[in-house]
Amino acid sequence: MSETKKFLYVNRKAPYGTIYALESLEVVLIGAAFEQDVSMAFLDDGVFQLTKGQNTEAIGVKNFSPTFRALGDYEVTKLYVEMESLEERGLGPDDLQEITYEDEDDDWEEKPSIRIVSRTEMADIMADQDVVLSF
Amino acid sequence: MSYQVNGHTIEHDEEGYITTLSDWSKELADEIAKVENIDMTEEHWAVVNFLRDYYDEYQIAPAVRVLIKAIKKEMGPEKGNNKYMYELFPYGPAKQACKIAGLPKPTGCV
Repeated sequence: MSETKKFLYVNRKAPYGTIYALESLEVVLIGAAFEQDVSMAFLDDGVFQLTKGQNTEAIGVKNFSPTFRALGDYEVTKLYVEMESLEERGLGPDDLQEITYEDEDDDWEEKPSIRIVSRTEMADIMADQDVVLSF
Repeated sequence: MSYQVNGHTIEHDEEGYITTLSDWSKELADEIAKVENIDMTEEHWAVVNFLRDYYDEYQIAPAVRVLIKAIKKEMGPEKGNNKYMYELFPYGPAKQACKIAGLPKPTGCV
């Protein structure tokens, strides 16, 4: 088997209004079948994708925010959110929905998937990847 | 293209997936199963109901590998395995069971 590569999907856009956020999520779900080391990053308006209590009824599109909670089933367990992007938008970690995964190596204990990181840490995370895909 | 159930016409796409998810009913599931040559047993229903619950919670139909893993966790290894699932749904559990459950085709399924 070929070597595992580190893939990072970078999300910078709000969840609705453009198709980027949904497309990114679909690519992640499809790509998860290839058993690579996949993580996601949320910065700029991308942090809105993970906010809780989304309601899309008035704009007539599907609310796909619950799908982020399925990522753990697909072994995507690292969702990096940039602290500065949250702060610049008047948001904090408590405004994000709870997303967990079950750790196979730790008796299936539920652990949080969202990791809040600083801008500097985010730069290091990006530098550490083999492949970075921007949405 | 459509299914006929109790005098109602229910539209489906060229592969047999219903186009309006809220059109689904247990009677429709039996009708789709008939077209797929599947005799719905309690075991089939368990998978179909599981898929509907999964969709309700996460808004997606799971990939087959995720489905089997989740079934294994919920119903045990004697059901959560490829052989058992393909015996129930010979043309692919995700594909056929999702169709009967009235869900869209699983993401990434061609």
